[in-house]
Amino acid sequence: MLRFAVRRLLLMVPVLFGLSILLFMWLRALPGDPARALLGEKATPDSIARLNEVYGFNKPLWQQYFIYTKALLSGDFGVSPRTGEPVLGTFLERFPATIELAVAALIFAIAVGIPLGYFAAKRAGGLLDTITVGGSLLGVVIPVFVLAYLLKVVFAVGLPGSVFGFPLSDLAFLPSSGRQNARIDATHITNFYVLDGLITREWDAAWDAVLHLILPAIALGSIPLAIIVRMTRASVIDVLNEDYVRTANAKGLARRVITRRHVLRNAMLPVTTVIGLQAGALLAGAVLTESVFAINGIGSYLFTAISSLDFAVLQGFILFIAVVYALVNLAVDLLYGLIDPRLRTA
Amino acid sequence: MRFNKSFGKGVALVASLAVLGTLGACAKSQRDTGSGTASTSGGDFVFAASSDPVMLDPAMASDGETFRVSRQIFEGLVSTKPGTVDLEPLLAKSWTNTPDGKSYTFTLQEGVKFHDGTDFNAEAVCANFDRWYNWTGLNQNENITYYYGKLFKGFKDSKTKGIYDSCEAKSATQATIKLNTPFAGFVQAMTLPAFSMQSPTALKKYNADDTKGTETDPRFSAYATAHPTGTGPFKFDKWERDQQVTLTRNDDYWGDKAKVSKVIIRTISDPKARTQELEAGNIDGYDLVAPADVQALKDKGFQIENRPAFNILYLGFNQKNKALKNLKVRQAISYAIDKAAVVKQSLPEGSAPAKEFMPSMVEGYEEGVTDYAYNPTKAKKLLKEAGAENLTLRFAYPTGVSRPYMPTPEDTFVAIKSQLEAVGIKITPVAAKWSPDYLDLAQSPEGTTKRDIHLLGWTGDYNDPDNFIGVFFGAKSNEWGFDNPKLFADLKKARELPTREEQTPLYKQINKEIADYAPGVPIAHPAPSLAFGKGVKGYVASPVQDEVWSNITVDR
Repeated sequence: MLRFAVRRLLLMVPVLFGLSILLFMWLRALPGDPARALLGEKATPDSIARLNEVYGFNKPLWQQYFIYTKALLSGDFGVSPRTGEPVLGTFLERFPATIELAVAALIFAIAVGIPLGYFAAKRAGGLLDTITVGGSLLGVVIPVFVLAYLLKVVFAVGLPGSVFGFPLSDLAFLPSSGRQNARIDATHITNFYVLDGLITREWDAAWDAVLHLILPAIALGSIPLAIIVRMTRASVIDVLNEDYVRTANAKGLARRVITRRHVLRNAMLPVTTVIGLQAGALLAGAVLTESVFAINGIGSYLFTAISSLDFAVLQGFILFIAVVYALVNLAVDLLYGLIDPRLRTA
Repeated sequence: MRFNKSFGKGVALVASLAVLGTLGACAKSQRDTGSGTASTSGGDFVFAASSDPVMLDPAMASDGETFRVSRQIFEGLVSTKPGTVDLEPLLAKSWTNTPDGKSYTFTLQEGVKFHDGTDFNAEAVCANFDRWYNWTGLNQNENITYYYGKLFKGFKDSKTKGIYDSCEAKSATQATIKLNTPFAGFVQAMTLPAFSMQSPTALKKYNADDTKGTETDPRFSAYATAHPTGTGPFKFDKWERDQQVTLTRNDDYWGDKAKVSKVIIRTISDPKARTQELEAGNIDGYDLVAPADVQALKDKGFQIENRPAFNILYLGFNQKNKALKNLKVRQAISYAIDKAAVVKQSLPEGSAPAKEFMPSMVEGYEEGVTDYAYNPTKAKKLLKEAGAENLTLRFAYPTGVSRPYMPTPEDTFVAIKSQLEAVGIKITPVAAKWSPDYLDLAQSPEGTTKRDIHLLGWTGDYNDPDNFIGVFFGAKSNEWGFDNPKLFADLKKARELPTREEQTPLYKQINKEIADYAPGVPIAHPAPSLAFGKGVKGYVASPVQDEVWSNITVDR
């Protein structure tokens, strides 16, 4: 077990190293001059030259890479020329917003996905099952930002017109952007706004943060939801056909006990894996979701960094996400080994 | 089965909508009781900005959002009359200068204190000037201290002497600034937030000029991020990065105290989101309204303020192209463009067609320049005389951007393109994303072979012709690609004259010169708009964004 974990961790090193080289080269191959992008209309040849000097944009590529990696190994992610701030600081400042959103999306996906999948499986082929399977297909097919935008228009901005005398604009009861109403004088300790509200007992601030999370969480959670539903359904159908379930039924065990102890416990194994694998998808989806809902997390920051050729930020953020992704995968594999003895590699 | 599936989906959708609807009803009633924004003493004013301030020390900033916040916290020696670019006293009651333009004496307001209790006096003025002058290393970088470097052209340790020489505090209320060379725009420049007066005590205490090589950026000292200290009507309260800056009323303010007790500047980068937040009542106003939204907002009862245009949108000619070296071709293009139509088709209400490369409020504007009134017949005739009837031009324009002087570049491009085609010029569109490509295309050496004509513009900083035409035509550049020694020399001469009185006639003549030479076509002065909620009163839009929020009231 330990050997397995160590081997996996060691394997991460060359992978990340290779990724950093590829990233570095790819970013430098993008068209455009970062110094000019930074200085805007008021750039003069002198100021561009000086900026290139300060940030080393004019050094040979291999040298730039060498300097960057050396700093990276000492925990220095560099400075964003655009804002002048250390990349790591910005990242840590904005990370809570993204994590809060990703967690909310995951909670939504699990809370809705597992029961839906379970009931669909119980009545496989029935109406609910058909709706669920069809809906989950839709969930995967619709791009996150399209869904985000639709949700925003219907439930936050408001559509004109009415249906059966019910004005459609009444559906728009949720906030359309941001993480909290600016007028609420909230104290922020951890920068997880919901958590902050609970810690400081500012209930209205916490509730307002929850309201702000609903739509983006649904948009971002749509893909994991669809995957969890399908996985749960398939997995429960498999388990229901197992011999031990038939035996339990024959023994006359209460249905509740069978469901809890035999069916769900075993069916949840593959679902756990899938949930773990969603971490990367959630971080990627956050880029678009945050942009639509004007949430200032790492997603929207990446979005800005891409358009302004902010190399330091792009490199740092993407590497960081890669590390998170690799670690989550490792954690899932280890967990799985713990849950299911059959899967342990010697 | 198939029918069943889609039917099922429909049912599911309706069902989920119904559930959400009822939830909504609950939430709504919750909200109505939960948010009785009773206006306490003055209440709050929430404004949405498009980006976070870079930091809060205006001396090290050149971005509008930092300036927007610092105009509330800090004050300069002089300011502008609301809604104009004309000078008005602020921390200095009056000022005089010697005839040679090398010495300025400011008489200061008495009894003014910084937010930290430090006295504002002549010593404090000198402390600020000396701070700027003594910057070293990274602090001299143009992306940090843009305005001081640009206008004073040198620091204490520079090889060439800059404009600033010394500052002397003759008494508590008399500060004399000595210059090495005359600088006619000196007092006007003092209206810039970059030259605001800051508390010398706080600057020292919180290491405002702290630099340790290139590792740490001075803009992120404790002073610039958490303790900006000025004399203005609002005091800094807190800044949550990328979320909002909160300021509270300065109850010890030396002038008329602010009417609202709190202002919040929220960062919302998406223009659509700003509009929606205004409609939802979560913000009271925002800047740079998209022209397409203006009418819709008006219809819903929101207030639209037009900012007097202090900018220029122009069509530049790249004289690397042989055809454009010919004056007749340049004149032909000038006659071919119907500026009024371009304004009508692609620019917001309140925008005016342009005659020269600076707005009429700037000193040195000349009414009598050659005016290329729309005349397609004459344009065709000139093209024929120049032997350029089969002219094909690569027309560069930016995409995915809204600049104050160019809110919808794509629409402006379409309008101009069709007018040029109408006189027989063939157009090859060259589109580039604003960030990061377009400025490369328009201003870098590599861009000179990729375009013949291009759209660009400029927003002025303060009332100074050199800040417009000096920037464009002061020297040979990649953007324009022409060499006109007389024009370059005249601009240099005008810049170095000691006083405004002497400068103005020369600038008027230069504007004539430029119009005759036709290096490009000044198209328009687009008016940027701001939008406000129904109950907002007392916001006066300024051409140079010198907007202090002390007179604003909000009725909810």
